[in-house]
Amino acid sequence: MKRPPTSQPTTSSGATAREDGVFNRRHFLVGTATSAVLPLSFGTTGVREAVTDAALPTQVPSSSVALLVNGRTHRLILDNRTTLLDALREHLALTGTKKGCDHGQCGACTVHLDGEPILSCLTLVASVEGRAVTTIEGLAQADGALHPVQQAFIDHDAFQCGYCTPGQIMSAVACVEGDRAGSDAEIREYMSGNLCRCAAYPNIVAAIRAAKTEVRS
Amino acid sequence: MRPFIFERATSPESAIAAFHADRATSFLAGGTTLLDLMKLDVVRPERVIDINALGANEIEISEDRLRLGASVRMADAEAQEELRRRVPMLTQSLALAASTQLRHMATLAGNVLQRTRCPYFRDVSWSACNKRLPGSGCAAMAGFNRQHAVLGASDACIATYPSDFAQALIALDATVDVVGRRGRRQLPFAKLHVPPGRTPEVETTLAPDELILGFEMPIEPWMSRSLYLKIRDRDSYEFALASAAVALEVDGGAVRQARIALGGVAAVPWRAREAEQALIGRVLDEASCQLAADIAFAKAQPREHNAYKPLLGRQTVARALLQAAAMEA
Repeated sequence: MKRPPTSQPTTSSGATAREDGVFNRRHFLVGTATSAVLPLSFGTTGVREAVTDAALPTQVPSSSVALLVNGRTHRLILDNRTTLLDALREHLALTGTKKGCDHGQCGACTVHLDGEPILSCLTLVASVEGRAVTTIEGLAQADGALHPVQQAFIDHDAFQCGYCTPGQIMSAVACVEGDRAGSDAEIREYMSGNLCRCAAYPNIVAAIRAAKTEVRS
Repeated sequence: MRPFIFERATSPESAIAAFHADRATSFLAGGTTLLDLMKLDVVRPERVIDINALGANEIEISEDRLRLGASVRMADAEAQEELRRRVPMLTQSLALAASTQLRHMATLAGNVLQRTRCPYFRDVSWSACNKRLPGSGCAAMAGFNRQHAVLGASDACIATYPSDFAQALIALDATVDVVGRRGRRQLPFAKLHVPPGRTPEVETTLAPDELILGFEMPIEPWMSRSLYLKIRDRDSYEFALASAAVALEVDGGAVRQARIALGGVAAVPWRAREAEQALIGRVLDEASCQLAADIAFAKAQPREHNAYKPLLGRQTVARALLQAAAMEA
C-alpha cells in the first residue's frame, strides 16, 4: 500500500512527546516521523506522490475530519484513503497503536470505538467522525496510574517483544469490562483476534483473569 | 489503495441518490471486507458512500417473527439473550465467526455480502480469476484448492462462499428487504446469491444501486432445537472447512420438519432440501442422520486438494443432527 500523503493537524499538535524535556529512543522515533510532515495549505493534501506516479490526480480526494481521541478533538484534513490507524500514528503521533498485518488479521491495531474493540487498520478515519476513539495512550489516569489491565500485564509478564501488547491490552480491557472473562476458555475465545508471535498466551490469560478480580473489587 | 471520493449518507434515500452508475461505487458499512480488498487492489471504487449513519440497526423480535436491521453489528445480534434461547443456530453462526473486533465492526448485511477467501481472487498477482477478471480462467482449478467448494461450483469458479450467518438465514427461510432506485422490494434469502455458472463475477441478484435494509423470518417454538456446528483448522477465528446449520421439529420421536444448511463446502449459501425431506417421518438415530448426510453430499464434486470435504461434510451434518436431536426443545 502506498503511504498516504500527509497533512498537518489544523489545531492541536501531535508533538506532545517532548513536553517533559527528556529525549529518549521513543521520542527520537516520533520526532523523526513527524518532522517528515510537510506543512500544507488548507484544502489540499500532499502531492509528493504525484511526482513519481503520473497516474495520480494532482489533487487527491480528501476530507475534513473531527477526530475525537482520548477525550480530545483533533481537526484534520486527510486523504480519504487514510485509515484510523495511520491517522493515529502518522498524523497525531500516537504511536502506541501498532501496525501489524494492516489487513485485519492480527489485532495489533485494536482500539476502542465508542467503548468497543475494533480494528483501526480496516477503519477509514473519515467514517468515525464524531465517535469516541480510545487508544492505549488513553487508558492510564492523568496522574499516570495504570489501568488495572495494564498493571496486570506487567505483574504477569504477559508479553515478550511487546509489539502486540497495546492491541492485546485494548481487547483485554473490553473483555474484562464487558464481563466476558468468566473462564479461561471464554477469555481465549474473546481474545482470539489478537495474535502474539512470542506466544505469551498463557500469561495473557493469567493477566486478564487477575485483572477481572481487580476491576470487580 | 487508489484514491476515491468519500461521501456520507444519512438515510437509504440519500445513499441511493449518491450512487452514480457511471463511476465504480461502493457502499461502506463495517468495511472489514471492503477496506481489505481495496488495500489488495482487488476492489477499486472511485466513490465510497459511507452508510454507517443511515439507521437500519434495530432488532425486532415478536411472538412469531424476527427482523434484523441490515446495519446491526454481528456482536450486537449475537448478544441478544432472547434470540440465543429461541433460535440458537442464528446467534451461534455469528459467535463462531471471525474475531471479537471484526464482529463489533461487521454488519449483518455486509456479512452476507462478504467476498470469497479464495487466495487466487484475493491476490492480483494471479492473472487467472474469472471472478476478478471475467474470462481470465480459474487458477484454483489446478492450484491449491483445499478450501474450495464441492457443491454449487462450476467449471469457471470453485470459490467457497464464506459466511456462517448466511447458512442460518437460508435455513430459516429468511427474506431480504431491499431498496434501490426503483423502490423497495423483498426477495427470499435463497434468491439473493447466484451460483457462479459461467459468470462468477455476478454474485447476487442485487442491482448496483440497491441496498439491503434488513432480514425478516418467521420464528417458531421448535426452532429452539437448532444449532450451528462449525469445523475448522483451529478452534477460533477461522473460516469453516465444513459447517452445518440444523433445526429440527420432532413430534413423538419422529421428525416433522428439518432444516439443513451447509457452510464451507459450497459456492453459495446452501440448503440441503433433499436431505431434509429424507428425514421427515423418521426417528433420529445414527442411521437416519447418516442417510441425510449422504444425500446432502450426493452431488459433491471434489478436486485434488478438497477431496476430504464430502466425508468431512457428511460427518459434520450427521453430528449436527444427532446433537440437535439430543437437545431439549
